[in-house]
Amino acid sequence: MTLWKPDPTFYPSPRDAAEAPPEKLAYVAAFDRSARRPDALAVLDTDPGSPSYGTVVGWTDLPYTGDELHHFGWNACSSALCPYAPHPHVERRYLIVPGLRSSRIYVYDTKDRVSPELVKVIEAEELGKRAGYSRPHTVHCGPEGLYVSALGGYGDDGPGGIAILDHNSFEVLGRWEVDRGPQYLAYDFWWHINHDVLVTSEWGTPSMVENGVVGELLLGRKYGHKIHFWDLRKRKHIQEVDLGDQHQMTLELRPAHDPTKTYGFVGVVTNVEDLSASVWVWHKDGSRWTAEKVITIPAEPASPDDLPDVLKPFGAVPPLVTDIDLSVDDQRLYVSCWGTGELKQYDVSDPFKPVEIGSVRLGGIVRREAHPAAPDERLAGGPQMVEVSRDGRRVYVTNSLYGAWDDQFYPDGVGAWMAKVDAESFTLDERFFPHGDDFRGLRPHQTRLQGGDASSDSYCYP
Amino acid sequence: MTLTAVILLGAFHGINPAMGWLFAVARGLQERSRDLLLQSLPVIALGHLASVALVVAVVSATGSLVTATALAIGAGVVLVGFGLWHLLARRHFRWVGMRLSLPQLAAWSFLMSSVHGAGLMLLPVLTRMPAAGHHGHALSGGMLVAGVHTLAMFLTAAVVAVVVYEFLGVAVLRRAWFNLDRMWAFALVGAGIFTLVGAA
Repeated sequence: MTLWKPDPTFYPSPRDAAEAPPEKLAYVAAFDRSARRPDALAVLDTDPGSPSYGTVVGWTDLPYTGDELHHFGWNACSSALCPYAPHPHVERRYLIVPGLRSSRIYVYDTKDRVSPELVKVIEAEELGKRAGYSRPHTVHCGPEGLYVSALGGYGDDGPGGIAILDHNSFEVLGRWEVDRGPQYLAYDFWWHINHDVLVTSEWGTPSMVENGVVGELLLGRKYGHKIHFWDLRKRKHIQEVDLGDQHQMTLELRPAHDPTKTYGFVGVVTNVEDLSASVWVWHKDGSRWTAEKVITIPAEPASPDDLPDVLKPFGAVPPLVTDIDLSVDDQRLYVSCWGTGELKQYDVSDPFKPVEIGSVRLGGIVRREAHPAAPDERLAGGPQMVEVSRDGRRVYVTNSLYGAWDDQFYPDGVGAWMAKVDAESFTLDERFFPHGDDFRGLRPHQTRLQGGDASSDSYCYP
Repeated sequence: MTLTAVILLGAFHGINPAMGWLFAVARGLQERSRDLLLQSLPVIALGHLASVALVVAVVSATGSLVTATALAIGAGVVLVGFGLWHLLARRHFRWVGMRLSLPQLAAWSFLMSSVHGAGLMLLPVLTRMPAAGHHGHALSGGMLVAGVHTLAMFLTAAVVAVVVYEFLGVAVLRRAWFNLDRMWAFALVGAGIFTLVGAA
């Protein structure tokens, strides 16, 4: 049933959203690497005034095993206020949760309960037969329904692309692309919603990623190194921008939230020439899209004895920028260096000249930096998925990247932890450190904050 | 009485953000241009007028073939059915695209008004007009109704758009955007019942 007034978590503009009240709960996708136990949605208490602050207060096991939960999203968000097809009286209520390995998509109800409740399962076959895709990944609520990117084809390795789901019935409506041009690899996507432009990035096909990073493919520069621009209305490929094939794996896309702007940030995992990582800004130059490197993070030299096999030949730890996140006011960019174990904070008020203003060390392949809440515990993994609250004051990180890749870079175990950083002082919150057994043997991946966060909503008004 | 109803329905359509004033505001905000907002409003009204006029044309053509009573009963049934469908179905108008030319904006408004049954809401008035059943008079009288209705819609939308753009800001939507679609559905059903009662 629809509401009489707009869902209170919908905001017309990013400015309004920054005034949103602090989140009280965080939903975290957690998966079992062995695929013997079901993956789960863990619910964390994020209300500092609550006695259970910083602990797991809700937990929902999935009905099957081997899904490998990764990213997920909401059924509805602030884009419901967009003027050309407004439907603001729907509720932000359901989490759309894809299994990256199983290709199933789950729908969970979060209303009036702490632990989400399953309401629908979309089988891999439905996604495959209707849209031609498998390995669903990123979910965004948008003008035509729910958009879900997928890494692989159905029965084929590729191309990956985007499927459209009905946002009421959650049925798979079909493939989004009408004309995909040269695009083959897929990963993340988002849009400049008021400019009718969609952007996609590239990782690899299922065979390129599911058994770990393949050295020959990486050194052969076969992973994705482009971003693609599309006409959101006509569903057509407009232009590709190649960052250069040494820049392997263009992953997370973070367009400016201000809908009048046409720039955004994309993180590159590694440069095969020197193992550095980079962040690029894309922008419109006249009628063409272009991108330039604005942040370079060098590899840190290390003794081969301290390195996992995959890195021994290089004698260095790559930063491995695997996630970035842009605050809702477009002023701060957070960059996860999962290899070196660091979360960096940049002032991006001038997107072309980011200034590093903060750094927090946690974990890391060699450093194993401890959390102040457990100073004796050498931490494996590093800050990976990063999520920022709508008001920009709190930053949450989790430590797992992707099952097979965790095992290569942290062969003695990646562990499981989540941490919270105060954006102003840029220090870790000692009261917020769910880790180890709190996650019941599962590895935490993406976080979604109750009511929305910096990577969940698009806004149609400046 | 009839004229008042026509004007009030115009105001009701005009005040609904989904009928276009919000789109005009968004276009203005996007380009930081009040001119673009003011340019968009008449175009949106034109699309609305086309949608309503289409219903007028259908009613007057049908009216020349059937009796006034049959016309009223048919109109009432259509209205009640359409209203209930709006009330119960969860589908909503879909459209992708913010960057429209003015003709595209008029087409958008035409579709938006038609899907919402803006013209249908005038059926009680159209079927009760004295000239109903007399094709030529019904058409010209109906078009007058459509014109007055659209003028009221346009003026209301313009006032709301300018006030929101200049003073209130779109944040007001969070508090003030009542579910007009649901009220709209009730209004359609109510208009249908009214028409049926009149026919009896």
